[in-house]
Amino acid sequence: MSSASPDFLVVWPDPPAADLARTLDLAGYRWKAVASPDEALEHEPAGGWAGAVVTCDQNPEGAWAFCRALRRRDALPCPILLLISGAELGQLEMRDDAFDDFCLTPFHPRELEARLRHLTFSEGAVTRAELIEYGGLVLNLETYQATFEGHSLDLTFMEYELLKFLAQNPGKVFTREMLLSRVWGYEYYGGARTVDVHIRRLRAKLGEEHANLIQTVRSVGYRFGQSRWNG
Amino acid sequence: MLEQQEQQRDYVLRTVEERGVRLVRLWFTDILGNLKSFAISPAELENALIDGMTFDGSSIEGFSRVQEADVLAIPDPNTFEVLPWADPKGTEARVFCNIHNLDVTPFNGDPRQVLRRNLDAAVEKGFSFYVAPDIEYFYFAPPKPGETPQPLDEGGFFDLTTSDMSTSLRKETIRTLETMGIPVEYSFHEDAPSQHEIDLRHTDALTMADSVMTFRLAVKEVAAAHGVHATFMPKPLEGVQGSGMHLHLSLFRGSDNAFYDESDPYNLSTTAKSFMAGLLRHAAEITAVTNQTVNSYKRLVPGFEAPVHISWARNNRSGLIRVPVPKKGNPLATRIEYRSPDPAANPYLAFSVLLAAGMKGIAEGYELPVEADANLFEMDDTALTKLGIGQLPQSLSDALNLMERSELVHDALGEHIFEWFLRNKRNEWRGYKTQVTPFEVNRYLRSL
Repeated sequence: MSSASPDFLVVWPDPPAADLARTLDLAGYRWKAVASPDEALEHEPAGGWAGAVVTCDQNPEGAWAFCRALRRRDALPCPILLLISGAELGQLEMRDDAFDDFCLTPFHPRELEARLRHLTFSEGAVTRAELIEYGGLVLNLETYQATFEGHSLDLTFMEYELLKFLAQNPGKVFTREMLLSRVWGYEYYGGARTVDVHIRRLRAKLGEEHANLIQTVRSVGYRFGQSRWNG
Repeated sequence: MLEQQEQQRDYVLRTVEERGVRLVRLWFTDILGNLKSFAISPAELENALIDGMTFDGSSIEGFSRVQEADVLAIPDPNTFEVLPWADPKGTEARVFCNIHNLDVTPFNGDPRQVLRRNLDAAVEKGFSFYVAPDIEYFYFAPPKPGETPQPLDEGGFFDLTTSDMSTSLRKETIRTLETMGIPVEYSFHEDAPSQHEIDLRHTDALTMADSVMTFRLAVKEVAAAHGVHATFMPKPLEGVQGSGMHLHLSLFRGSDNAFYDESDPYNLSTTAKSFMAGLLRHAAEITAVTNQTVNSYKRLVPGFEAPVHISWARNNRSGLIRVPVPKKGNPLATRIEYRSPDPAANPYLAFSVLLAAGMKGIAEGYELPVEADANLFEMDDTALTKLGIGQLPQSLSDALNLMERSELVHDALGEHIFEWFLRNKRNEWRGYKTQVTPFEVNRYLRSL
């Protein structure tokens, strides 16, 4: 990673807004606009991208998919700066892990430059938690394995993703819609009830005595672990 | 979507590595509802997940015709599960497959693809289809040819433990199901000797069809490990009630139950009523699919808690559709219970025709007939006719005749399965009809 091209950025979408292109040029960055994660991979310089600039305004779904794809890769993590309008800020909630910094649009060129400097300077600091632990539950994000009190839990992919999301945010109450959009991010045959079905399956796998690790909050949704308030 | 698929593949491959899975079973279902499986090594899995595995479809009854023999099994990574009953020396996992033609279009002979197509059609109308089955089955001593099945808890087989044996089998089965992510709502010993019922919690219909396949295998595996035979035969014993698979059905629109309407006296929405009307109007023609064996029709007789008449009611267990009153008036639990299917049905095809019939009712705005809350078994035919209440087909042959004329079933199943099913089941009927039964010998040999 130390051999990363210090100033080579990947930009999504392709083509970027004219003012973004101009700002990057003026600030002396080399950059490449791409339309997909695959393209980002294809054009990636030998040392990896110094950073990514993702504009969330036109196609938020696409933007998040792009961010997640960058995050998922095993090697060469690249810090992500998100450009987003004030009206869309709600999108950031519970997606902390999908970007490193953001900048409101319309942006001021100086602010964007400053943020990019910080972002690419601190690139080594992009870390991801390897383990999530709560009570007897351990999720290893590296190996995708979940154990409870030392026993392996055999989870399907979506069960694992749901448990990971909940365990990363203990005590917080989530609505079904929130979970569906943050964990699934796409429509399945089940619609919003899919969440309930997966919660039940998780409870079944955790075993009867630990089923209350995931609590139903009446007419709201679900909470993992103890409530913050009466913890 | 594509990215998610890739992530799911990663997850599966990584799990195989981490858990030391030695064998991955690729599961799919033939037209009659038999679970088929072939095993691959972990090394082959990555390729299988991306490109699928080609196999000779003509080796599966009802799949391919000889000239178009090869088909492609593409695993659905979301269904990947480690099998709890596998050999301790080598962990095994299973994954359900969708069957495709070599050009990757869905294969018309694959029941899972048929259900997906029907669910897609409902999704297009804004509905997701949810199913919760109550599945009944029997435990017997290992069957011997020509002998009446021997229940476990009538003494004889397990003299020391008798009824405890089958109860502990059921409990172990439930544990197995729960570790496979199939939550159980209730379970109990049924009326008949050695008969048990396990009720599964509702899920979307595709997941549930997969779960029913897993369920049937899990019940048999757990029983077999104790030298017991579990059977889903609809009517294994004369004179006691048979095994049904009552299906609790509901439609959701987003996170709302589309069957619920607070302002209706029954709390049933127009959608629910039209859906029920669709089921009632098409009940006779879909019965060959929901009750697909000769033996199924020995269960659908008066006097054994199985439906005979095509009617509905809130709390009348003699009708075809019951509308249970949800616990604590929970709107989300609003559902209807369709009571004729049996556990020998192919769940993918049964759910497909039920959904198609209900959706037809919604599309055409069918009117729901009046509730039949009297005990229908006590009414004579004239009274029933006056009420406009018909009967379910009396035999597999009747059911097939009705199905053959049904455009609805034809469209729901598609030409390939429709044709093959009729042909196969007519053969089954012919095989049955040409038998001379003990009933006939006992009744006629001396007197005629």
